[in-house]
Amino acid sequence: MQLSREDLLQAYRRMKTIRDFEELLHDEIQTGEIAGFTHLYAGQEAVAVGVCEHLSDDDKIVSTHRGHGHCLAKGCDVTGMMKEIWGSREGLCKGKGGSMHIADTDKGMLGANGIVGAGAPIAVGAAMAAKLDGKDESGRLKVSIAFSGDGACNQGTTFEAMNMAVVTKVPAIFVFENNHYSEHTGFEYAVGTQQDIASRAEAFGMKVWRADGTDFSAVHDTMSEVLEYVRAGNGPAAVEFDTERFYGHFEGDPQRYRGKGELDRLRAERDCIKKFRETVTEAKLLEGSDLDTVDAEVAKTIEEAVAAARAADRPTPEDVLADVYIDY
Amino acid sequence: MAKMMYRDAVRNTIFQEMKRDDSVVVLGEDVVGGMGTDGGPEAIGGIWSTSTGLFGEFGADRVIDTPISESAIVGAAGGLALCGKRPIAELMFADFIGVSLDQIWNQIAKFRYMFGGKTRCPAIIRMVYGAGYNAAAQHSQSPHAILTGMPGLKVVMPTTPADVAGLLREAIRTDDPVIFMEHKALYGIEGEVPDDPDFTIPFGHARLTRAGEDVTIVATGMMVGMAEQAADALAEDGIGADVIDLRTTSPLDEEAILDSVEVTGRLVIVDEAPPRCSLATDISALAAEKAFASLKAPVQMVTAPHTPIPFARELESAYLPNPDKVEAAVRKALAYS
Ligand SMILES: Cc1ncc(C[n+]2csc(CCOP(=O)(O)OP(=O)(O)O)c2C)c(N)n1
Ligand SMILES: [Mg+2]
Repeated sequence: MQLSREDLLQAYRRMKTIRDFEELLHDEIQTGEIAGFTHLYAGQEAVAVGVCEHLSDDDKIVSTHRGHGHCLAKGCDVTGMMKEIWGSREGLCKGKGGSMHIADTDKGMLGANGIVGAGAPIAVGAAMAAKLDGKDESGRLKVSIAFSGDGACNQGTTFEAMNMAVVTKVPAIFVFENNHYSEHTGFEYAVGTQQDIASRAEAFGMKVWRADGTDFSAVHDTMSEVLEYVRAGNGPAAVEFDTERFYGHFEGDPQRYRGKGELDRLRAERDCIKKFRETVTEAKLLEGSDLDTVDAEVAKTIEEAVAAARAADRPTPEDVLADVYIDY
Repeated sequence: MAKMMYRDAVRNTIFQEMKRDDSVVVLGEDVVGGMGTDGGPEAIGGIWSTSTGLFGEFGADRVIDTPISESAIVGAAGGLALCGKRPIAELMFADFIGVSLDQIWNQIAKFRYMFGGKTRCPAIIRMVYGAGYNAAAQHSQSPHAILTGMPGLKVVMPTTPADVAGLLREAIRTDDPVIFMEHKALYGIEGEVPDDPDFTIPFGHARLTRAGEDVTIVATGMMVGMAEQAADALAEDGIGADVIDLRTTSPLDEEAILDSVEVTGRLVIVDEAPPRCSLATDISALAAEKAFASLKAPVQMVTAPHTPIPFARELESAYLPNPDKVEAAVRKALAYS
């Protein structure tokens, strides 16, 4: 499916925003200014954006510990996120959650998650709600998407969620981002169905798709088909995207499990943003200068977000007690 | 004696016990680190470096790197233990008991009782707990109270490298299931550890780390250091405190607490967890029940608030007990007449 110029620019802007956001965090974390555990999404941008470009605020996603990309792709506010990661009380979650718990339910973003495998069941619940809400005038259901890693696909919760989605025939989509590592362990070791996660979903009775997660248009096109199928009320589906993470599992990971020259090779051959630029300029869909303009705008957005995060109000000790309950 | 870090005391004790006893096996996520990668096994030995070198020495059958599957990890430890092995399962974060709770609570803890005393389940579940890293609500908790409340489990919370060595060895040699809780903020602390390869510390024996006659301060894990700092500050004002490091919360050294309270008449409990149904309330109830006549002031509990653990630096430090809060609680107890 050929996207319009505007759509391509928007997708590029989103991917680039994620990349710059993460690269900035990578640098800032070295200075010790940012607290806590941070898992960067850089390298996987085409998946989050290729999926979420199809969604409206009414569609839900449930994310993982590596959630910044999903949040940004789903429309969470860049500055609100930056403030959250800085631990400000002006942050998207008032400094309570930090990197691993960013959420914005108004945007249909039901939370990053610190517990590997916790997301898929929640996404099934959201899909049940979507089924209850029924189809819109054009006969389409809202959907709910569970992002899971190759590591999370080994949790029983993920299996339970897949089976439950099938038997309840809800509009859930299990998006598996196979970046070949769960922490320091290789996917070939930890996933028994060699080289393949989608076949598990298939075994649960779902229709599945597979695509190169570093190729934006492959992700986007695949998701068009998946969404058409799920929105029509055919029940859940699953997709496995082959993708790459460019940084360590968490910031501070020495990555000794990587092969020699692996990161250089990934950056050269598997960079979804670089590939996007090459494809759209070669096909003359966009000019390099169009993309450079976006780059400059994104750089400015990120710069401003950081300045705002640095200047934002810090939480006070009394804030600890707020928001445990609505009423107590 | 050898000087070593808390984390090395974990690793060394496991290493020595695996050498001594073939039935000791280790399992958990990234306990080898690098499986199925170009870097190869032990490219990185676990995120806490508490299992470094075990795989090289003992191999894949005894050092079992698992997928991310906590329920199966703990359940498999139960099965191994029922079949005569001595598994040491690792939960990378204690918060993940949430994923594996059935296997801990309904299975491992109860086998012996349900089976009429016919079986042994010498499984150890090591877990890394505690705040201090701004790791927020799902990676910072101290779930010792719920585990302590489960009949059938022994719960160990070492504070020093020597206690890690003595208590972990005891845990490995004990025939009951043991929850072994390692505080992530203590991994880097150093201390002397006895060289004796049979050095054990029996469960249920608290450690008196400061002695004084005016107040009893009871603590575990990272809270012990805070209690000691408070005690040292109070000592400058001529106030003497017993600081009791419980070491194990199940079994609980009631005698150590009660004997001390009998002398001091004042009890302050420092607990990293929220206050409801907690270790703090448990010990407070113990004092109310068994030391009522000795008490000269209401028991003071210095705990986290009844909230999840917040992320931001300012919020986490407001959430946690600290030496000033402990000192204030002691002064409050002393001011009571
Ligand atoms: C229940 C649970 N177990 C273990 C962890 C520790 N942990 C955090 S991320 C991670 C690896 C996840 O791998 P994957 O699902 O492939 O996601 P990726 O990190 O590659 O994005 C692990 C083991 C956790 N947070 N929660
Ligand atoms: Mg992965």
